[in-house]
Amino acid sequence: MSARRNILNKLRAGLAGTTPRPDDFDEGLVTRPWQYAPEDRITRLRSLMEAVHTEIHQLTCAEWPAKVQELLEHRGLKNLLYAPGTDHGQTLSEHWQQSNAAPELLAYDRPIEEWKEELFWQVDASVTGTVGGIAATGSLVLWPDRHEPRLMSLLPPLHIALLKASEVEDNLYGMMQKQNWSAGLPTNLLLVSGPSKTADIEQVLAYGAHGPKELVVLILEDA
Amino acid sequence: MSQRIPVKELTDSFRGRAVGALVDDQLRTNFRVAMDSLMQKRADAFPDEEEREGLRELGNHIKARALSQLPDLLEQLEAKLTENGIKVHWAETTEEANRIVHSIIEAKKGSQVVKGKSMVSEEMEMNDYLAERNIECLESDMGEYIVQLDGEKPSHIIMPAIHKNRFQVSKLFHDKLGVDETEDVNELIQIGRRTLRQKFLEADVGVSGVNFAIAETGTLLLVENEGNGRMSTTAPPVHIAVTGIEKVVENLRDVVPLLSLLTRSALGQPITTYVNMISGPRKPDELDGPEEVHLVLLDNGRSGAFADAQLRQTLNCIRCGACMNHCPVYTRVGGHTYGEVYPGPIGKIITPHMVGLHKVPDHPSASSLCGACGEVCPVKIPIPEMLQRLRQENVKSPAEQPKVKDGGAKYSRKERAIWRFWARLNTSPVFYRLFLWGATRFGKLAPKNVGPWTENHSAPVPARRSLHDLAKAHLNQGDQR
Ligand code: SF4
Repeated sequence: MSARRNILNKLRAGLAGTTPRPDDFDEGLVTRPWQYAPEDRITRLRSLMEAVHTEIHQLTCAEWPAKVQELLEHRGLKNLLYAPGTDHGQTLSEHWQQSNAAPELLAYDRPIEEWKEELFWQVDASVTGTVGGIAATGSLVLWPDRHEPRLMSLLPPLHIALLKASEVEDNLYGMMQKQNWSAGLPTNLLLVSGPSKTADIEQVLAYGAHGPKELVVLILEDA
Repeated sequence: MSQRIPVKELTDSFRGRAVGALVDDQLRTNFRVAMDSLMQKRADAFPDEEEREGLRELGNHIKARALSQLPDLLEQLEAKLTENGIKVHWAETTEEANRIVHSIIEAKKGSQVVKGKSMVSEEMEMNDYLAERNIECLESDMGEYIVQLDGEKPSHIIMPAIHKNRFQVSKLFHDKLGVDETEDVNELIQIGRRTLRQKFLEADVGVSGVNFAIAETGTLLLVENEGNGRMSTTAPPVHIAVTGIEKVVENLRDVVPLLSLLTRSALGQPITTYVNMISGPRKPDELDGPEEVHLVLLDNGRSGAFADAQLRQTLNCIRCGACMNHCPVYTRVGGHTYGEVYPGPIGKIITPHMVGLHKVPDHPSASSLCGACGEVCPVKIPIPEMLQRLRQENVKSPAEQPKVKDGGAKYSRKERAIWRFWARLNTSPVFYRLFLWGATRFGKLAPKNVGPWTENHSAPVPARRSLHDLAKAHLNQGDQR
């Protein structure tokens, strides 16, 4: 504990006789340059995300499960990780039953320790929800919880994310305010703005460094 | 794999290393190409000058505000993190920080550690410390992994392997991993992915750095593109974050401009692929995430810089690397010439506080003071001003009590006496004329050897007639006309 005391004492001595600087945060600087007409928000988000190799489809709520099936079958993938405790997970599994889809549905319903090896190496794809999108930077906001654990959006080579068109905000500041983040954050809040990438060798961009090689965003128009 | 990885010794001086780097064509090309492209990317990311300057000003104010109440914010951060279930540790020295990290790993009987990119862990030389205790500590950022595999240190804080090209990496992978050589960067990255994924799976502990620690919510924010940071902080059962005490900001909203400044200045990206905000360990009903999260707050000389209101600005740094990307010296001599963890302009102003000026006596003067670094710094650290201040501290006599750790490293009585003589000479007209009289007549006797100057230049020989003399003659001529 003495390290703590020593550090704090030294810092306090350095500040002796001073007062904290005023909080002059000007929110205009982080909002004004990043405002869009409602019809432009999606366009902006799309163009930014597509620029970093994200595949994007705009469709209706009724269409998305079939689209997921198509995406998997088109790539010849053998399984899909999903969150059975979520609404979209329910919808997906109903569709899967009705359509007799070939890829196997894997439910993330037990602690990682029970199937770590399989999760790391055997899963081809996952589908998760989002709590919104950010037009200014082309980002998805993921709020993992016990139903939809955090590794779902990281381990599989293909990550499919559902984004409601009505939940796209102009900028990060607006998103924070709207969802009142400072009142309580989940254990792990994530902004995801494309598939995993690196430019560590000669600054040549390569996708699929450690996370998903492909990110597909399904924008749901009527939600 | 758990034996100590030998790190190539960087023993000689800055000057010696610089000479070596300057004649290495490959190295110079690698840096020139990379820095040109990074500068262009940053410029493209800030198309609107007014917007950029407003944001830099705001970034500066946010950091200054945080530092003006740093001890209180650290206590608030600690309280919030504790409330969220994250355990906070304090370390004055790197040795102490290493001991803390080691004891956490030991308590878990861990033998394998994966590390996301963390410059603070480089300060600690954590890999070596743990390797000596039979714990494998593997870098998982692609660049860091390459550098570690080759027994080197990072040469850039954002792009650790920027000094290498694809052929060098291919050869390295071939030699160390036994894979076929390939010139395809994508394939090289996939080799790294496969190798490291197994390590993420096996690791007992994940270590990471922190970009911003938010006092208001008790949140650790990390940015990255690869996903290795998320892996390191999510997959292993224990996560240990290590960070400097200056990384704390007051509010969640404060990170909005800082984040934008950081990613645009560093890589020209509007945002990184991942922004990872950690506010606690796995909850009892959650299915993944570490069961334990620790934060180690490291001082390592920062409180020394903090003690001086001017030098305190050094701690504004958000480690974007823009100053080195724009530095003409860094671009030519490369990161390893600096011989310490942080290269480039930020390295020159922060390292003296960490290791003492006597270890890096050339740091403050290895600059042309062109000012590019200060101009691009997203939090407006007046780096050239800091360098000038450090130069002063560097030549202070013990009696003048230098303010920087081991200051006065370049203090020399002889030099001081010469300057005193020079000052006297130029402030006393009688003395000055006398000296001039002598210099114009006995110039031939001037020393042929004047220190480093004559290594590359011919020795100066005083003119036969002084400027005063010539001017006087010229004016007289005018009068006669
Ligand atoms: S000193 Fe400024 S420019 Fe250099 S790394 Fe730090 S924040 Fe970036």
